[in-house]
Amino acid sequence: MSTIPISPTWILYLSAILFVIGAVGVLLRRNGISIFLALELMLNAANLAFASFAFRFAGTSLTAGHALDGQIFIFFIIAVAAAEAAVGLALFIAMYRRKETIDVDRFNILRW
Amino acid sequence: MLGSLWIIPLLPLTGFVLNLFLGWCKARKSFVTIVGVGSVGLATIASYWAIIGYLEQPARVIVERYFTWITAGKITVDAAFQFDPLTVVMIAFVTFVGFLIHVYSIGYMHGESDTAYARFFAYMNLFMFAMLVLVLGSSLPLMFVGWEGVGLCSYLLIGFYFEDTYCAASGKKAFIANRIGDVGFVLGIFATFAIFGSADFTRFLPMAAAHPQQYAGWATAIGLLLFIGATGKSAQIPLYVWLPDAMAGPTPVSALIHAATMVTAGVYMVVRCNVIYRIGPAALLVVAIVGGLTAIYAATIAIAQNDIKKVLAYSTISQLGYMFLGAGVGAFAAAIFHVVTHAFFKALLFLGAGSVIHACSGNQDMRTMGGLRKVMPTTYWTFLAATLAISGIFPFAGFFSKDEILGKTFAAGASNLHGFGWLYYILWFLGITAAFITAFYMFRLVYMTFHGEFRGTEEEKQHLHESPRTMTLPLQVLGVLSIIGGLIGIPKLMTGHASWNLIEHFLDPVVIPLGASHTGEIAAEVSQHGVGAGIEWLLLILSLSIAIGGILVARSSYTGEHAFEKPKRFTDRHPALYKLVLNKYYIDEIYDRAVIQPLYRFARFCWKAIDTIVIDGIIVNGAAFMTELTGDILRFLQTGNVRNYALSVAMGVLLLIVILW
Amino acid sequence: MVTYVFLAAAALAIIFSILAIAHRSPIINVLSLVVVFFALAAIYAVLGMDFLAAIQLIVYAGAVLVLFLFVIMLLNIRSVDRLGSGRRLQAMLGTAVSIAIGAAIVVAIATLTPAAGAVAPGSTHGTAFPIGRSLMTTHLLPFELVSLLLVAALVGALVLARKENQ
Repeated sequence: MSTIPISPTWILYLSAILFVIGAVGVLLRRNGISIFLALELMLNAANLAFASFAFRFAGTSLTAGHALDGQIFIFFIIAVAAAEAAVGLALFIAMYRRKETIDVDRFNILRW
Repeated sequence: MLGSLWIIPLLPLTGFVLNLFLGWCKARKSFVTIVGVGSVGLATIASYWAIIGYLEQPARVIVERYFTWITAGKITVDAAFQFDPLTVVMIAFVTFVGFLIHVYSIGYMHGESDTAYARFFAYMNLFMFAMLVLVLGSSLPLMFVGWEGVGLCSYLLIGFYFEDTYCAASGKKAFIANRIGDVGFVLGIFATFAIFGSADFTRFLPMAAAHPQQYAGWATAIGLLLFIGATGKSAQIPLYVWLPDAMAGPTPVSALIHAATMVTAGVYMVVRCNVIYRIGPAALLVVAIVGGLTAIYAATIAIAQNDIKKVLAYSTISQLGYMFLGAGVGAFAAAIFHVVTHAFFKALLFLGAGSVIHACSGNQDMRTMGGLRKVMPTTYWTFLAATLAISGIFPFAGFFSKDEILGKTFAAGASNLHGFGWLYYILWFLGITAAFITAFYMFRLVYMTFHGEFRGTEEEKQHLHESPRTMTLPLQVLGVLSIIGGLIGIPKLMTGHASWNLIEHFLDPVVIPLGASHTGEIAAEVSQHGVGAGIEWLLLILSLSIAIGGILVARSSYTGEHAFEKPKRFTDRHPALYKLVLNKYYIDEIYDRAVIQPLYRFARFCWKAIDTIVIDGIIVNGAAFMTELTGDILRFLQTGNVRNYALSVAMGVLLLIVILW
Repeated sequence: MVTYVFLAAAALAIIFSILAIAHRSPIINVLSLVVVFFALAAIYAVLGMDFLAAIQLIVYAGAVLVLFLFVIMLLNIRSVDRLGSGRRLQAMLGTAVSIAIGAAIVVAIATLTPAAGAVAPGSTHGTAFPIGRSLMTTHLLPFELVSLLLVAALVGALVLARKENQ
């Protein structure tokens, strides 16, 4: 085939669905690590959106030298997500050491 | 001196500052005397030097501008002094009489502590400064500076013995009454700025004179407003109530401020702005009516008073009424003439009274005096000279000035000035009656104080003495002036020469002729040939005989074997009337009920209701309470639960999407 | 055929992502997410972004999720509570808001995205060489910054997870 028969719009819809699923996971789960997991899902949904646009504007380079911006951005998001996951999990380990639980609802001393 | 008129007021101002400093250092009285009296003396010399310079050169009006004081939009006010015939006359007697009174004060205030002595002379010097600024000022605002300054000094000096509640209250009363009048004065200044664009005498007066018809209505308003200030400062109805209580101050203060200088400021103002009053004759009519009524009203009160200074106070109010009556019929030169002669004899009367009070160990009640002429002859003879002057006996000073005013009033009636001829006749009648009453109560005072036998305690009798030289010398000088002072204004009637009426001739340039566009109606210059020479002589003889009649009635009532019998019979037959007059027609009580109590109640209301409840309670405390309440409610947002925060973030994102759509 | 691959991958992603957030066992959650990542990698590959697909698998699925597994096993978390347990209002509001956001995004996609043109295969330049060149030239600064970020994360993780009595 001469062109890839996938419409970027479908990818965007998929990204939206995944994003919503991830958001629901973040807001509704009580376990800290599960929240993190859902967060990773949301990040990937965002990655997918970038990918769709990178695909959409492929070959029609928006500005000279910046044709690969979309993919580069995804690359960076992955890097940042990795760093964030590392630190976050270390945080959870520390939290577990303190309270023997990672139930997020238990850590509520900073209240009125 | 003529190029640097500012030196004249500066001298007493320096005296004020130095005396404050000396008082602070508790310096000896001799230093204070040198500074206090010397500064005024130097100012007198400087003034006369300037006057001589002025007379030698041809210009009639000299203005020295020093710097621009106020610029606001289109209005500028310069700090400038002017010299013209009116200023010359005022300065001549203000400085000289002021100097004499300062000399007198050396002896009178001798018994005070060093600091009080210095404070006294400091305030007196400040007063001289303010009065000179008032008289030299070449614009209404600058005059107002002096006007307020003399008001302030009046307060300071009346309340000199401020530890006494009555004295302090009297000082307050004087200042407040003055201030009420000043509202009118200030409004008058504003109106002048609004109508003429300038309150500089050399600008707006010629402007008004050139177009009398055009400014007629406004001039009436301005004249009335300014006159309200004059009723306060010069103690006319309705704001005169402060002057009798002002007698609580030391006697030299009463002499200087409340006889010779400050109270005449109102008359000076009216004469200075004579153009305004002549253009708006309704205002001038009001001036005449108020003056005439005040003259007789105050005279009636004076008859019944027993305190020697109160008699003189009401006498001052009455004589000021004469001056305003004179100005009110257009006889401006006559009014100023009376200002000058009054300064001489009234200052003398007060100083003499001070001498008497000094001798009677502080007693001021005439009922326990008597026979003092044997003990203090100098005081007696000078006092008598002043009394003859105020009663209008020929050839003493008061005769010429008072007769001039009454004559012009009668002439105004005869020539049917402004169509109100009948009113002027009534005013003339009031004036002549007041003259009778004046002669009566003044000689009552003399007889009760100096004649007969001493009616006081034995202890007081031992103490009776003539006053020291520093006190009697000014008395003598003023006595001479009371005798010969009238000669500067001998009417044409007697001499056949109009030019021998020196003062009227000299003050001619002050009465600026009105523009050609006016009709004869507006001119308020009452010429003597409104009545014939025959009638004039008749009036003269009439006033003289009335005065002598008053003296005789007083003599028969208060001297001789049957002294005090006649008055006693009269008061017994009319007790209510006597009580009414003795209590000055209860005017202070009326003012208290009608004005002061409502104001107090209003102030209390403002305090209790508005300040406490509304401002403190609702606004200030309420704001604090609302803030606290909001905080109390909002703190429940801090649940400490991370998921709630995440939810808030999500909701915020949603909101943002919706808004930014 | 490409379309079918895409659709299959999409279906997989959706199903397993739901599993990833809803299941009670954390191990299952993590492993489901691995499947999701595989599906996404497949989509990247289909779109011609080869390098990115590889990175996704190696870094994301292979490192990050394995880290998650390690931590789960370290902390010995057996099972987690059901979805939405404990706070009802929070759950309902959370769902509502998320769906609302989703709806907004969908509407935005429908109305705002421009129509797409056809894309020739290979024109995405998703291979290692173009991306590497781009990283080293145009995007050098962010590249270096990210390395700095990684160092910071390293140090941070070390400090946070350290035992306290040292």
